[in-house]
Amino acid sequence: MAQSQGWVRRYAKAFCKGFFVAVPVAVTFLDRVACVARVEGASMQPSLNPGGSQSSDVVLLNHWKVRNFEVQRGDIVSLVTMGHKNRYVKVPRGHIWVEGDHHGHSFDSNSFGPVSLGLLHAHATHILWPPERWQKLESVLPPERLPVQREEE
Amino acid sequence: MLRGVLGKTFRLVGYTIQYGCIAHCAFEYVGGVVMCSGPSMEPTIQNSDIVFAENLSRHFYGIQRGDIVIAKSPSDPKSNICKRVIGLEGDKILTSSPSDFFKSHNYVPTGHVWLEGDNLQNSTDSRYYGPIPYGLIRGRIFFKIWPLSDFGFLRDSPNGHRFSDD
Repeated sequence: MAQSQGWVRRYAKAFCKGFFVAVPVAVTFLDRVACVARVEGASMQPSLNPGGSQSSDVVLLNHWKVRNFEVQRGDIVSLVTMGHKNRYVKVPRGHIWVEGDHHGHSFDSNSFGPVSLGLLHAHATHILWPPERWQKLESVLPPERLPVQREEE
Repeated sequence: MLRGVLGKTFRLVGYTIQYGCIAHCAFEYVGGVVMCSGPSMEPTIQNSDIVFAENLSRHFYGIQRGDIVIAKSPSDPKSNICKRVIGLEGDKILTSSPSDFFKSHNYVPTGHVWLEGDNLQNSTDSRYYGPIPYGLIRGRIFFKIWPLSDFGFLRDSPNGHRFSDD
């Protein structure tokens, strides 16, 4: 009887000791040294996710290399979110959400928010020059940028 | 003899790593003690005061107008600044000085905050470098530990007029 009780107490003690060592060390490692992440989206094609939605790349995020904030031009980096509470935005009535095809290189609604329809200037329908690029511009909504919820009129 | 010393060294290193990691987790996710330097938050916080900062609010987006925060400096990411939050995203901020005849305003962009020191004459803050991203905020200072004559919760801003948008 006394022996089985002693077994439980020794187990609990060992568990607590291991827990309080393993969890802080693991968390500190993931925060300060390195962690892994899956890349979502096509904004970094063709370097990352060249296969589109078929296969998502998994990358190593190396915190240790940037501990002194040393980066070079051309490095691929990950950024802390600017603090936006919501990843989803509701576009108000009478407004539109515009984006450049090349995310990140585009000063668009991701920076300045939804745009009032009254500011709509024109619809670009064709490429006229140079002659080898004559074409009608198709209205294409990239599948990864579909609205999460469409407003039913 | 050598094995004994080696064993002790490894144990010491092990304990150092373990307590270092616990300290990192404690400051990153709970809070810690901070020493402030500089005159920009006088009279609320003087040079060399020791204060207690909690780092839970920023994870839950609980930072409000009037809070004193620690943030990474926008011009030098290795150093920290300690200022009061005057405006949150969407707020209208008076950017002209009181002596100007024409008042000019600016809106704080999404994902940013506007910081100002309590000592307006001697503070480099958002009036100088603009609104800073919310992600730079590291914690909220709410309690002073040293000097003991000033022990307790921190006072409200002496510059109450900066909060009202006209």
